[in-house]
Amino acid sequence: MSELLQFLLSGITVGAVYALVALGFTIIFNASGVINFAQGEFVMLGGMSTVFLLDAGVPMLPAAVAAIAIACAVGIALNKLAIQPARGASVVTLIIITIGASIFLRGAAQIVFDKQIHRFESFSGDEPFVIGGATILPQSLWVMAGAVAVFAGLYLFFTRSLLGKAVLATANNPLAARLVGVNTNFVMTLSFAMSAAIGAFAGVLVTPITLTSYDIGIALALKGFAAAVLGGMGNPFGALVGGLLVGLIEAMTAGYISSAYKDAAAFIVILAVLFVMPHGIFGRATVERV
Amino acid sequence: MLSIEGLRSKYGRIEVLHGIDLEVGSGEIVTVVGANGAGKTTLLRCLSGVQPVAAGTITFRGEDISRLPAHRRVGLGLAQSPEGRQIFTNLTVEDNLRLGAYLYSDDRVDTDMADAFAMFPVLREKRNLNAGGLSGGQQQMLAIARALMARPVCLLLDEPSMGLAPILVDQILEVVKNLRSLEVTTLLVEQNAFAALSIADRGYVMETGRITMSGPAEELIADPRVRAAYLGI
Repeated sequence: MSELLQFLLSGITVGAVYALVALGFTIIFNASGVINFAQGEFVMLGGMSTVFLLDAGVPMLPAAVAAIAIACAVGIALNKLAIQPARGASVVTLIIITIGASIFLRGAAQIVFDKQIHRFESFSGDEPFVIGGATILPQSLWVMAGAVAVFAGLYLFFTRSLLGKAVLATANNPLAARLVGVNTNFVMTLSFAMSAAIGAFAGVLVTPITLTSYDIGIALALKGFAAAVLGGMGNPFGALVGGLLVGLIEAMTAGYISSAYKDAAAFIVILAVLFVMPHGIFGRATVERV
Repeated sequence: MLSIEGLRSKYGRIEVLHGIDLEVGSGEIVTVVGANGAGKTTLLRCLSGVQPVAAGTITFRGEDISRLPAHRRVGLGLAQSPEGRQIFTNLTVEDNLRLGAYLYSDDRVDTDMADAFAMFPVLREKRNLNAGGLSGGQQQMLAIARALMARPVCLLLDEPSMGLAPILVDQILEVVKNLRSLEVTTLLVEQNAFAALSIADRGYVMETGRITMSGPAEELIADPRVRAAYLGI
């Protein structure tokens, strides 16, 4: 029983990270129809930048904030330099551009940072809490709390603020959004900045547990993508549920079958979703009255 | 108020507007009628800045706006209720209206919304429902109300009668007629030529990307060529 609880806790921890990555996919997908495969690189940039800023003597909080700002700037540059100039190209072309961007960012990270595996100190020590025979690291609680805070903040942004509604409106009908005066280019830029910030934030939170290096982005992007597809692409709530489910499936696979198959779990999820319910759990074929 | 000179526009390499000249005076209701595919919607898209202009100028309130991005034109008081309504289907009726006034966040937004609900009481009843669930007529009302929320000096209306039952067409046209009392200048594009000409001051007839006739609405309605081609008489 305590074994199951242990797997649940670790599943929820990694699931929270996948949920944040999936959320990044969702935000950019909603604003532009593009699936941004450089999403995992934002997580890497968050963790790696923090590592190197800490090494340079910057205290933890400013380092984390600066790392998120760096990822934001990279996200905005990605949109301005690679996506917007290709506007009008098919979505598949844009997706391939994001794959190119992810390879570029990985290469740049090797040069700017290094090829080593890094970690930094947990925020509140490494003394685990014991719950019902299972243990949980304080950093795991940070990850979960961070995910909850991001989802709650975004929920408020999209439901309470006019700018948030303008983002939803742009996703729903870009032409109409332009006709009411929304600067849809700005909405696109904002979406990339938000996605990058969320990814980097996840990177900062999770690095003390999972460690980081220049190439962690690919696996994270694929698992976050699996989570987004499972939850229903384009649905933020689906991203949350999908992320947690992928994390749990992965933890159960590692625990009850073999940790060698852990990484396969996400891909089996993708295949299963595509075969059985291509719209995902919360995605739906749009039905409108005309 | 709004003056268009030699306007040309292309889809790819195919030119669809071949030099349009058109004038809308302050306080007027001007209509552009013509068959499906004549380029009427493209003309309005050019005016709103969501379709590139290949040549010619658009002057609005004394300013050349032909290169201005779409959101800046809305800010100058040029709003559009587009063809096919284009409402935000996954947002509530109230959010649709609020976004109509996206560029504003003062007290007038609330009074404008109250005015919109007074003009279309059915929208007030459904204010918290998703706009995608409204009937075609209600969606059209919402599209017009949303455009009015943008505080237009000049309103561009694209096919407001399209796909509506005759009784609803009359209701919508009544609303357009009343825009005069709100001191909103209107450029109305319609396939339903008779309905449009019956409420307009002046009209233009458009065929395959060109203006072929223009004049006071009552003259056009009496013109045998217009009657034969567009009124089915």
